[in-house]
Amino acid sequence: MTSAVATRVRARPKGPRIGRVLKPVVFVILLAPAVWLVFALVTDRIDGDVVKILEINTGELALRSLMYTLAISPLRQITGWAWLATWRRMLGLFVFFYATMHMLIYFGLDLELRFGEIWTSIVKRPYITIGMLSWLILVPLAITSPNAMAKKLGGVKWKRLHQLTYVVAVTATTHYLWAVKKDTFWPVVYFGLFAVLLGLRAVRWRRGRSLPHAA
Amino acid sequence: MLIRNRIEPPSSEITPEIDYLNRRQFLGVVGSIGAISATGALAEAVLGGLHPVGAQQGDEVTDEEKVTSYNNYYEFGTDKEDPKANSQQFRPRPWSVKIEGMAKKTGDMPLDDFLKPSRVEDRTYRFRCVEAWSAVIPWRGIPLADVIRRADPLPSAKYIELTTLYDPAQMPGQRRATIQWPYIEGLRLDEALNPLAFLATGMYGKTMRNQNGAPLRLVVPWKYGFKNIKAIVKIKFTDRPANTTWMKAAADEYGFYANVNPTVDHPRWSQARERKLGDILRTPTLMFNGYETQVASMYSGMDLRRNF
Repeated sequence: MTSAVATRVRARPKGPRIGRVLKPVVFVILLAPAVWLVFALVTDRIDGDVVKILEINTGELALRSLMYTLAISPLRQITGWAWLATWRRMLGLFVFFYATMHMLIYFGLDLELRFGEIWTSIVKRPYITIGMLSWLILVPLAITSPNAMAKKLGGVKWKRLHQLTYVVAVTATTHYLWAVKKDTFWPVVYFGLFAVLLGLRAVRWRRGRSLPHAA
Repeated sequence: MLIRNRIEPPSSEITPEIDYLNRRQFLGVVGSIGAISATGALAEAVLGGLHPVGAQQGDEVTDEEKVTSYNNYYEFGTDKEDPKANSQQFRPRPWSVKIEGMAKKTGDMPLDDFLKPSRVEDRTYRFRCVEAWSAVIPWRGIPLADVIRRADPLPSAKYIELTTLYDPAQMPGQRRATIQWPYIEGLRLDEALNPLAFLATGMYGKTMRNQNGAPLRLVVPWKYGFKNIKAIVKIKFTDRPANTTWMKAAADEYGFYANVNPTVDHPRWSQARERKLGDILRTPTLMFNGYETQVASMYSGMDLRRNF
């Protein structure tokens, strides 16, 4: 059984043309905010608390990318567009990219690499603790994202490991909720969206278990 | 996206043109305030306002564009760019201010009558947000002490409580219960009488912008920004401290005094350093935001860690 899944991982379909053509477009769309932020920063177009604005933007981009990533499978099942699966790794790596930027901006620019403060923030401030945890969970997922790593790990293990994405959806949104001062509107919206995306999986998983042919 | 393009208006047009009082003129003004004895401490107090303390850190007046486009003013929305975007229809006139409570001269007064007896002053103050960003802002307005004295508080009055306008039709942020409306702030009477305490009607030599608290806002530069209540409609004299909006929202994070204090952290971040709007690197935060000589005596003997 393990080998069967592994084979499937190895033989991951490149997908039809539409997926291949659109993939670079999606890549550019997802990278564009980062390019804009760097451009705005160097050309002094950011009014206000510059570092905080960079922090908030990269954090939101990470959460948004995570939502896109988790939307792929349900969307594929609903539409039947199997080629959507070929975007999943790219989207997942964008989550890691923006989360890493977010963390580096916080430690590097906001706390200015003052290690005492970094340590204090991680151990004393729950929203940082859970944010840090979210990033740490993403690390092995990013490392095991190449096909070769997936092959080495074996399909079942790889899949189980990457189900940690669901955990990150909860921890990262909790980080967001605890970070905001008073207006919890957007964190609650993200919780709702993630609940739907994870709920769809739960429903499918339960159905799959109850159906005899799935055994 | 929080980033807004800054092409219009061009910065050449928005560069503030302010006639700063020079030191000599200013000392004349101080001398003319007969009500309070013009001691050296007072001169220093107000001069401290004109020349922000901590000039060695390179204090410069912050770009007007930054101060008018990055605001905390939940009445117009919780994002920093919301106040500018959502306050343009707000009508700061006609306006009246109500004096209430333990004072002899209470009642409603049109804003112009409320302001008229006082000499309009320009004061450049450091501004420190509880979120650890800061600015240096040239305000225009009148001393709060003038208003307090005119109201003639009763001996029983120990505090003032200030209230912002509640008008969800004009203030779209009030249509959601993000914080409890209306916004309430308070000061101890001696704090309100401190020469630094100021009621601003303008900034950068112009009439106050809606997003900055038009037509009338408080400026207490030794306290965190949220104490500086905007669009004031009521000043009430009381014998107990107000249960302020942010205390009601999160009593463990925001206290009644809210004095700038680099040694007492906010539960979620350090207050030791601040970032001036537009800067990347932080600068150290000063005790009482640099106004220690003018205000510290009001808090002698108090545990500032408990009374944060």
